Amino acid sequence: MSAGYNFGFLDEHAKKEVRRAILKAISIPGYQVPYSSREMPMGRGFGTGGLQITLSLIGANDTLKVIDQGSDDSVNAVNLRQFIEMTCPGIDTTTRLSEATLIQSRHRIPETPLKPEQVLVLQVPYPDPLVVVEPSEDKRKIMHGEADYARLLVKLYEDIVKFDEITISHRYPTRINDHYVIDPSPIPRWDVPKLDNSPALILFGAGREKKIYAVPPHTKGEPLAFEDVPFRVEDFRDAQGKRRACARCGATDTFLDEFMNEDGSKRYQCSDSDYCDETLEADMMTEATTHA
Amino acid sequence: MRKILEVRNLSKIYGKGCPRCIESTGPEADTNMCPHCGSVVAIHDVSFDLHEGEILGLMGESGSGKSTVVKNLYFDQTPTSGEARFFDEAGTQDMFHLNAAQQRRLRNQRFGMVYQNPHLGLNFGISSGGNIAERLLMNDVSHYGEIRERAKELLSRTEVLLSRMDESPGNFSGGMQQRVQIAKALATNPPLLYLDEVTTGLDLSVQARILDLILEIQQERNTAMIVVTHDLGVIRLLTGRALVMKYGRVIESGLTDQILEDPQHAYTQRLVASAL
Amino acid sequence: MKTPILKIEGFGKHFTLHEQNKRIPSSHNVNLEVYAGELTALIGPTGAGKSSVLKGIYRTYLPSAGKILYRDKNGVEVDLAQADEYRMLQLRHEEIGFVTQFLFCLPRQSTLDVVAHPLVVRGMSREAARTKAAEMLTALNLPERLWSISPATFSGGEKQRVNLARGLVARPRLLLLDEPTASLDPVTAERVIALIEQIKAEGVAMLAIFHHPELTQRLGDRVVELTPPPATSKQADIKEKSGTNEQKVEVFA
Repeated sequence: MSAGYNFGFLDEHAKKEVRRAILKAISIPGYQVPYSSREMPMGRGFGTGGLQITLSLIGANDTLKVIDQGSDDSVNAVNLRQFIEMTCPGIDTTTRLSEATLIQSRHRIPETPLKPEQVLVLQVPYPDPLVVVEPSEDKRKIMHGEADYARLLVKLYEDIVKFDEITISHRYPTRINDHYVIDPSPIPRWDVPKLDNSPALILFGAGREKKIYAVPPHTKGEPLAFEDVPFRVEDFRDAQGKRRACARCGATDTFLDEFMNEDGSKRYQCSDSDYCDETLEADMMTEATTHA
Repeated sequence: MRKILEVRNLSKIYGKGCPRCIESTGPEADTNMCPHCGSVVAIHDVSFDLHEGEILGLMGESGSGKSTVVKNLYFDQTPTSGEARFFDEAGTQDMFHLNAAQQRRLRNQRFGMVYQNPHLGLNFGISSGGNIAERLLMNDVSHYGEIRERAKELLSRTEVLLSRMDESPGNFSGGMQQRVQIAKALATNPPLLYLDEVTTGLDLSVQARILDLILEIQQERNTAMIVVTHDLGVIRLLTGRALVMKYGRVIESGLTDQILEDPQHAYTQRLVASAL
Repeated sequence: MKTPILKIEGFGKHFTLHEQNKRIPSSHNVNLEVYAGELTALIGPTGAGKSSVLKGIYRTYLPSAGKILYRDKNGVEVDLAQADEYRMLQLRHEEIGFVTQFLFCLPRQSTLDVVAHPLVVRGMSREAARTKAAEMLTALNLPERLWSISPATFSGGEKQRVNLARGLVARPRLLLLDEPTASLDPVTAERVIALIEQIKAEGVAMLAIFHHPELTQRLGDRVVELTPPPATSKQADIKEKSGTNEQKVEVFA
């Protein structure tokens, strides 16, 4: 398969252009850098933005992890991983966060804190948080330039008026380095604080919308909120106010997915499958040690 | 009384313009469209002063350029030439030499605008309270409770039912929409307010109450206002001085009672004579 | 020698009606003086332009000719025929009052607020201004039950009293009066006369047009008679004729 294709599928000029866009994105934290998104051998909306970043950065010595909504095993994650393995001979892939140097993810940031030498690439469907309040891109660009986000805050105001709380569950508008507000991709609120002062570089790629932006390491990332109505993450409490635990590994400090059992009851389980596995393994190790 | 605004030689031409535009348009030419190049001389050489707390009237019929004057002063449009200086505690602002962000700040903090068409001044996609919140949020008020309180204060001052503050202004009557617009314009307590035909098209009784409200606000807050209208009644009721415009030119200016009782220009005489 | 507060030299006023291509003369070569604590009365037949003189001073009319020299409270002389609009507004607010035959006031405002308004403009608190206004309305015999409603529906005499109250309440330095007692019953008229005498004693300078010759006799310290300008209503006839308006000036001791 690799015959006939350049390493990383994209030609070197294309990669170079993407890398230039990335450098610019890092230089202006939160600013959406336009780039000429290439046609990829998969539909737009399947992570082509993230994929182009990954392919432009990856080298033969890298170890790649691909996650889709926390899971390494979903069809989408598997396909992307196989495509990259196929077009980048010599790279390693893993499901273990601790082993990865480059992580491409859709809709989640891993539970385990990233390390400075890691780079996280997030796939982005809608890069501009202002699109909900301003249809004209020209005007949005001016608004970004002037850090004019009052109308986004009005959205939050209206939420509180209607529902007594901010109901945005995903794509929570987050102000980077005290200026640009980004759409942090459809990560849950739970993951938003991980953008703040992250030790690792976080890159965002929107293939269809042709934008790349970045939260560089150790950069301020602050979710929009009011002084008296602060930003809050999901609390996963049951009717009794008790924090739900993962049905599989028992963790009480992770983002949980809700599953419906056949009898209609609900079950909660870690969204981050790697984290869940590691917690289980650690427990088994402890058990084994105890038994020994 | 301190001078708050100084407008000098303000001109706005739509179109590419030609050297004969000015001589070929105006009241004598009986048109504002240049017969040589087709450009529209919306306003030419408009100059006036405005003092703190003063209400100045801009009167004339449609096409006279009166609305264009305030649109340029509110930065909705960019003038072709001319100067405007705004004076406040922060010093003198050369309005047309500021950058976009500075203009936006001036517009959001120091000016207020009430349009004839509430769709221009209000966002119908959000609640009435949200409309006021927007203006406060533009000015870095970031406390939800405070925003809520200020919005309530403003809406009750402009006599909008508080029980309806969380509804879209789209559900309101025309008069009520103007009240929401006025509340929004006042949110930052600006020293200068532009009112563009704010009562046109409203029922007479509704008009009267809006005009009363405007006067009360002017007395309470000493807000300077520029009132654009074709209605001599509004001019008489609200303004102390007035400019009469025709085809983009100021043809007459003076104390309002003098303009109405002793108009000098033929056009003004006809206007006053034809008033009900 | 006393210095007049107001000295008018060669004042003239005509109206140019463009539509009808006419020039309507009104006042012609008016000369007069008004002193503090004195009342100068303007007399003359209808059409002599008496009201035009008052309106010309107040800038409700733009003077066509002459000088209107006013000495303000700081002793500065200003020609009201030339003064800019802001200077006129300032003098209107602070020094010159005008009681016309007709009441113009903001609709839907209570009588008390209408009368208090000139004081509020001068910076007095609303409450204090209302107290003063109430005193003035009492002095002019306007029933208290009318104070809280708008004068729009009042009778001619009632409106006239509101108008007077508003003109007198702020004690201007110069007061212009245009037939202040025209529609008043004799009792109220006497009250108005007493009031005029009182503010004259307080030092207010007044220029007045009276309906009845006897009032001129009683209140006028000086009398200036105006004669109608030469009949020149066709534009073709327009010619400045000067010095033809004979004025009989009597000075009462």
